[in-house]
This record gives sequence, structure tokens and C-alpha cells, in this order.
Amino acid sequence: MAHPTNPPGFLLANLDKVRHWAQTRSMFTVTFGLACCAIEMMATGAGHYDLARFGMEVFRASPRQADLMIVAGRVSQKMAPVLRQVYDQMPEPKWVISMGACASTGGMFNNYALVQGVDQIVPVDIYVPGCPPGPQSLMHGILTLHDKIMSGEIAH
Amino acid sequence: MTDQRHRDKRNVDVWLTGTEDPDWLVESTDEGAQKMASQETTARLLEQEGLAVADDRLLDEDIAPDDELMIINMGPQHPSTHGVLRINIELEGEIIRRSKPIIGYLHTGMEKTGEELTWLQGPTNVTRMDYLAPLHNELVFSLAVEQLLGIDLPPRAVAIRVLMTELNRVSSHLVALATNGMDIGAISMMLYGFRDRERILAFFEKTTGLRMNHNYIRPGGVAADLPPDWQEDIEFILEKVPPRILEYEDLLKANPIWMGRTKDVGVITLEECLAYSVTGPTLRAAGSDWDLRKAFPYSGIENYHFEVPVGEHGDVYDRYRVRIEEIWQSLSIVKQAAESMPEGDYKTDDRKIAPPPRARIDESMEALIHHFKIYTEGFQVPEGEAYVAIESPRGELGAYLVSDGGSRPLRMHMRTPSFANLQALPVMMADSMIADTVATIASLDPVLGDVDR
Amino acid sequence: MAGDQIVEGSEEQAETPARTLPDQAILRSIAEQFTDIEWAPSTGQDVFMVPKDLVRDVVQAASEAGFEMLVDLTVTDYFRRRSSRFELVINLLSIQHELRLRLRAPVPVDDVRVPSVVPIYSGANFYEREAFDLFGLIFDGHPDLTRILMPDEWDGHPLRKDYGMSSVPVQFKGSHQVK
Repeated sequence: MAHPTNPPGFLLANLDKVRHWAQTRSMFTVTFGLACCAIEMMATGAGHYDLARFGMEVFRASPRQADLMIVAGRVSQKMAPVLRQVYDQMPEPKWVISMGACASTGGMFNNYALVQGVDQIVPVDIYVPGCPPGPQSLMHGILTLHDKIMSGEIAH
Repeated sequence: MTDQRHRDKRNVDVWLTGTEDPDWLVESTDEGAQKMASQETTARLLEQEGLAVADDRLLDEDIAPDDELMIINMGPQHPSTHGVLRINIELEGEIIRRSKPIIGYLHTGMEKTGEELTWLQGPTNVTRMDYLAPLHNELVFSLAVEQLLGIDLPPRAVAIRVLMTELNRVSSHLVALATNGMDIGAISMMLYGFRDRERILAFFEKTTGLRMNHNYIRPGGVAADLPPDWQEDIEFILEKVPPRILEYEDLLKANPIWMGRTKDVGVITLEECLAYSVTGPTLRAAGSDWDLRKAFPYSGIENYHFEVPVGEHGDVYDRYRVRIEEIWQSLSIVKQAAESMPEGDYKTDDRKIAPPPRARIDESMEALIHHFKIYTEGFQVPEGEAYVAIESPRGELGAYLVSDGGSRPLRMHMRTPSFANLQALPVMMADSMIADTVATIASLDPVLGDVDR
Repeated sequence: MAGDQIVEGSEEQAETPARTLPDQAILRSIAEQFTDIEWAPSTGQDVFMVPKDLVRDVVQAASEAGFEMLVDLTVTDYFRRRSSRFELVINLLSIQHELRLRLRAPVPVDDVRVPSVVPIYSGANFYEREAFDLFGLIFDGHPDLTRILMPDEWDGHPLRKDYGMSSVPVQFKGSHQVK
């Protein structure tokens, strides 16, 4: 705050920085567990890996209360409209993490049933590789998202 | 009210209760033919409700008029449906009258993909079906391929398979307990269950390279030998996990809230289980001692001593008790398997099926050719068809394979236990309270990857 | 029995081929009720080849003989390999006798109607819907024969061999709105 260029007597900060800081410190996740990755997502939230260290342990059942969607697992053609509807119900600003090979690219299932990458339905900010990604990978993805929000790289 | 209901809508200029089309609630949940069928006849209703088998408590006069029934939709995005299960529930007040599971939201087309993968690549595909018990999927696929090939395995490979699958049964039941607890409100049970699962997953990661979806058990044996200090790891698991299981029993067994939420909830009788093809802990909780490990033993599991726990009432509490007891029995099998682990090779020495050891490839031209052939073209399986089933943590897991003599299956079908068990859900939920729905679903322990494949 | 055929000469046997029956008493009792079903064991497992119109009768007989559970019902597509393209496969299980039985019924592509076994085993419900969804077999007498795994408006039956192997574009009409 006290910066040589700031006029004395004024409390000035970069408002964007405050906003970004607030956004990253209490990020609520909508539960969108689909397949194998959902189990790893639950394991990440549970005691051993303890996602609460990053203020991320609150999984909201309602998209209205969430600002991050972790698409954990394969998205089928039948699930695609549901996923888009849940995304549309989330308030701005919102972010999407595509967790795992299936959500990112369709993975090994290049067939009629799967959407070949969830980015065909919703815009994705972070892709987490792995099949399934371990809790460490998911945490790395989440922290990368935090960094990108803080640096203003992902502007919403 | 009846006159109003059947009046021509165009003549109604004010909206009155009861003037609407009687089916409007049904129509509003319409997704094509997946809406509930209308209540045309009693027989039709009983079929929908799952009461056509044994329970005929619901008689004609009990059926409320349409305008007192409400259809609510649960899922596919719901925290207590264990994935993407969707259920249409018809309520009369707080009582569930009918319900209809709607599945397919995780349909992955694995049976189609399985037709373009070679026999050796098959386990990579099937391991992602039941992602809580991946090793069982690999085992049943490999057993079916070996049945078609007609080969025998070295004793160490067989023993490793038993050791790993029984450990997997423990970790799967731990997640079942954890999610069951979480759905009813025992959040600490969820944290504990996942904590102890980590110990087993750590051993899996060390042995197979992955925490889930291992692709470890393959036709012809297993992919790698146990790690050098595996006995210490097993001892560590056998030392750390049993006290925790006792802790869960302290936490839940006589807990009045737990018992109030689970006793006499989601009851299913033995006859209904048989009619709806229900297997696994749900069938055993209803009073049958049917376990494929005893009836049709596989992988030499008849050489180990274990008992089959049986429940009495077929309710949620009995299913929970059966799972706890099965954890104890599986830990006992793991102990016996670790103590009697034979030395030797961990895969068959038939070089047409199992790839040669890495060191041999540098020395022998023939080994190099075999290695190349197995990983490109794959091995051929004689023409024929076979159905092999094992006892997975959820019930009878079967693989039906058809070969036309080539290096890929003509048809790969998996008989998955959750798919059949889910049919019994309307039977369990009929005439129960809406608040018991999540307890009933959780006690079935469905894995939606297993249902939809 | 095969040895006798060779010794006595094949001409008489060709006219009335001796029907092989299973040794197991329960399976034999089922086989004796029907003249048209054929005993065809496969890799040591008990299999009956059944004409498709007899499926329900044979399943009924098996049910009365002590097979309490229908564990599996599926279809195989022998596209361009056999004259009758599909084959309905039913796996039955007897818990009291610890016995398995598989029924295989060829189904030609120009007549895909098969009698439903839901009146006998309620558990066949989902399986027959799956067979309808993925292979297009029609089960006469099924209470609610609709798609189960694929969306209702889906074209074609994906597990048929002449259905494409690779991915299809997203069918969902909102997908173009991605910014």
C-alpha cells in the first residue's frame, strides 16, 4: 500500500489484485463426479490429501453456489446437455477444470458414445492429464488455476 | 372435480385447480419415452413399481388420484446418486409409490471399443468399468481368455491374483462404507474410509504403477512380479487396517442414529433378489449364502479358508454388516495368500501368449520376434465362446467372450453386477419414505461405470 | 456314440442322426422336453442351441427345472459370418444345483422379433432393453421396450457391426455455443 508512487495519505491498492485474491481464497466447487476421476477427486478432498489446506474442500451440490466445475470423468453424449445446463446455472465468474484424459480428449474411448473432449461443450481453463490423475495432479491443476487467476491470465 | 378435469380446455377462461390435463406433471418430466408410463392398468402399475413379484400390498383402492401424486426427478447430477444415476420418483406425500431408474449417462461404449483391441489390450479397457474394483474386471476378462485358450498358469501368478483381488475387495468395501456413511450424514465415516483405502492404494501403486485402473492382471498371468519388499507392505496393511475396522464397528454398529436410519430400510426378500438377478452382498444380506468363490471357485480360491457372511432381513443395516464381515474374511485370505505365496514365474512361459522377459530380447532373435508380434498383431485365440464369472465386491461379474479365431474378440460382453442390482431399486424403495432413498441407493453400492459400461 | 456311427456305416445315421443329450440329469430332462433344441457344449460349459421362437418355452422349462436366476442376456452380431446374423445368448444359473446353462438362439436380420422372457424372470427387463438399444432386437411382450443406454432420439443401434467404429460429433444442439 505504501508505495513511493502513491500519494501520501491515500490507501490505494490494485483493485483487481484484491478481487483475484478473494476469488482464489474461497473457491467453491460444484460436484460433477462422473467416473473413475470422481473417486480420485473425493480422495483429494478426504483426510489423507486434505484439499482444505487450499480452502477448496467445500463441494457444493448446487451449481448456483459454485464458481469452479471440475469435470471428473468421461462425458457421454447423453450427459452433454446436462453438463452444459449445470454450467449455465453457475454464476459468473466461473472456471472449468477438465480432469483426466477422457474429459480432455475422450481418452482411449474413441467411439460413438463419448464426447471427444468436454471443451466441445463448455470452455475449459485447465486440463489435468492422467487416467485417472492422482490427487497430486489434481491439486497441481487447482493451484495452477489459482496462479493464473492471481496473475490475471484468465480474466473473467 | 372430474367434470372440470375432462372439460375442453379451450372453454376454460380462468385457471382453476384441477382444470389442467391430469397428466401434466408426467408430461413436464418428459424426456421422450423415458417418462414414466401412465397408470393404465393395475398390472402395468405393478410392473412399474416392481411389485409384480411378491409384494402385493398395494391394492387398487390405495392408488391416489393423479393430482395427489408428484413426480420428482433425482439426478443425474446429485451428490448422493454415486455418480450419474437418475431416478424418477413418484411421491404421495412423503411416501414413494413408484420409482424408475434412468441410466446411460455414463455409457462409454466399452463393448464396442473392446472389439477393436487385441486380447492383450482388453484388460486396459475393462478395468475402467467398475473403477472401484478394477482388478476384478481384469481378472474375469483374463480368466475368460484363458478358458478359450485352454492354458494353465504358474502357481505364483494365480496366488498373486488372489492376493491382489482380495485386497481390492477390502478397498472397494471401504469406499462403500465411506459413501454409505456420507449419504446418511456420518461424514467422519467418509473421511475414515478414504484414509484407510489410501494404505491399500499405496501398495497397489507400488506393485502396478497406478492407484486405479491398473491393467495388472492380463491373459497369461500378471504384468509384473510383486515388489521386492512386498511382505513388509502386506504386514503393514494387516497391522494398520484391522484396528480401524474395529473403530468403524465402534462408531456404527450400535449407534442409535445409524441403526434408526438403516434398520428395516430398503428391505428386499430373497425371492425378489432371485427374480431381479440380484447378486453379491445384497443377496447375502437377504439370507442366501451364495458366493461364487465357494460355488464355482476360480484362481485356486478354494485352497484358502474363509466363510461367507449371511444377513437375515435384507435391509440396509444387514448389507452394511455383510460388507464389514467380508472385509474381515478378505483380510484373512490376504494373510493366508501372503504366507503361502509360492516361488516361481509370475506369468506363463508360453511365449505365444506372454511376452518374453526384457533381458531375453537382447539375446534372442526369436524373443524379439515374439515380443513384436504380441504387441502389434496380438496372439490368436481359438474359435469359440465362453462365459466366466467371479465374485466381485458387488456380485457376479461375468465376461462373455466370442472369438472367431482372430486376434481380437468378435464380441466382448461384460455381465456387470451393478446393472442387474439396480433393477431391484424400485422394489426396495416402493412404499418407503423419501428420506430413505439415499440410504437405499448407497447400500446397493452401485458403480455407474459398472452399470453403463 | 461317435464310434458306433463309424462302425455301422454312415448312410442310416445320416437319415436319423442320433441326438446327443447331456449327461447331467437336470439338463437332460430339459432337453427331452423339446425335439428342436440341440446340445452344443462349448469349452466345457453347458450350452443349448434353441430356435428363437422356442426361447420362452425353453426358459420356462429351465425355470421349472430349478434355474432360479437369469444372470445375463446379450446378443452377438455375426455380420457376414453367418446366414442368421444375430444370436441371442441367455445365461441361466441354478443356485440350488450349482449349475449354469447357456441358451443360444440364432436370429435372422430380417425378423428380429424374439419372445420376451420378462414374464418369467423380471430381471431380464434391463437386459432386453439393452439388447434392443444396442442391437435392435425387438422383444415381444416386454412391458417397456425403450432405449436404456443411449439417448432416445439416437439413430441406429451402435453395437451392430455395420455401425461405425469411431467417434461421432456431439449431438447436443447447444454445443456450438461454446465461446
